[in-house]
Amino acid sequence: MEIPVMVGAGLVVIGVGLGIGRIGGSAMEAIARQPEAYGKIQTAMLIAAALIEGIGFAALFAV
Amino acid sequence: MQKATFTRLLLIAVLFLGQFSFAKETKEAKSEEQGTDLKTEIKDYIFHHLKDSHDFSLFSYTKENGEHKYVGFPLPVILWDEGLKVFSSSKFHHGETLAEVDGNYYKLYHSKIYKTDAEGTINYDEEHHPTNIKPFDFSITKNVVMIIITGLLMLWLFSSLARSYAKNNGVPTGAGRFFEPIVLYIRDDIARPNIGEKRYKKYMPFLLTIFFFIWFLNMFGMTPLGINVTGNIAITTALALLTFVITNFTGTKDYWMHQFDPLGKSLPWYGKVVLYIILVPIELLGLIIKPFSLLIRLYANMQAGHIVIGSLIGLMFVFKSWIGSPLSFGLAFAIMLIEVLVALLQAYIFTMLSALYFGFASEEHEHEHETEVAH
Repeated sequence: MEIPVMVGAGLVVIGVGLGIGRIGGSAMEAIARQPEAYGKIQTAMLIAAALIEGIGFAALFAV
Repeated sequence: MQKATFTRLLLIAVLFLGQFSFAKETKEAKSEEQGTDLKTEIKDYIFHHLKDSHDFSLFSYTKENGEHKYVGFPLPVILWDEGLKVFSSSKFHHGETLAEVDGNYYKLYHSKIYKTDAEGTINYDEEHHPTNIKPFDFSITKNVVMIIITGLLMLWLFSSLARSYAKNNGVPTGAGRFFEPIVLYIRDDIARPNIGEKRYKKYMPFLLTIFFFIWFLNMFGMTPLGINVTGNIAITTALALLTFVITNFTGTKDYWMHQFDPLGKSLPWYGKVVLYIILVPIELLGLIIKPFSLLIRLYANMQAGHIVIGSLIGLMFVFKSWIGSPLSFGLAFAIMLIEVLVALLQAYIFTMLSALYFGFASEEHEHEHETEVAH
């Protein structure tokens, strides 16, 4: 019982990492394309990253 | 003159050397005494640090004769157990002895107070949970002390800032030069765009308070006093509950219409019935999930940061060679720098998301949009 729970949490964390990585990468591209919108892009990026991060923590605390 | 300086330096050097040898001795003594249990000891130490406690201990050490010495001060314990019981937590002697109050005996077990008999026996069920009575605990614990200190600090800081602004005709001086950009940032970049020009003023006091409260408490958590207030789920729950209550009590008619009638005039009623069996519960669940994610995020981030720093410092005792100390110091230092950023970032995210939820609750639909959908 113990091992599958941990593997599941690990999978969730991998997914969260990929998701936040994509957000960061896309934000970089967006800033490179439109440097003047830096502030707005950063805010939107942080919100999206924070929402995904919550799922990761929920998975970690389920272990 | 030069000779005197030299002697002083030598004296200081000797004193420091003494410190080093002392530190080394206790370390070796510890690892020999505990043997293979060192890892569990480090784990226990970290988890003990994360918990709230009934006394404000700064540090503890073991004397040469094996006696544990604690440096710190006790805090009042307030219990409700068939009547109010108030006594000092020094009666527990850090969990080593029972506290006797009015013929009742209380024991500190894993930072929780249980009522016991005169011998202090604790009964367990099959899952090794104590079955003793737990009296209602309203104690002024370490976290409560820190909350009171932070509250007083904020009250003093911001009221004195307000006075200095009144005196200097709105020109910032001293600490105002540091805090004014932050306050303006919260107003112009968090509240205004998310809540809207018309209604943002109503929410500003709450947003500013919650931002500085969380930020200050996070920063206090970075000090070596061993404070972990925002990493306590009860406190983040209370903070998220405030956001929840304010969101729903200041919600406009349109907000509640959106909760119970999300499709509006775009469908006739017989079309809605089937969809709403699924849609309305999801919308209502969203009400709960929003503050829940707020509380989990803050709690988990601060908790995780403290665990990581604690584990990295623990590395020093695991390696037992010259490589351990610089490695552990370097890693802990780097993580500490990130944690200072996280302390600010979590306060920002909490404020930002609260503002976003307030914005959802206070939005008023442009009604031409709905007619457009209708035809």
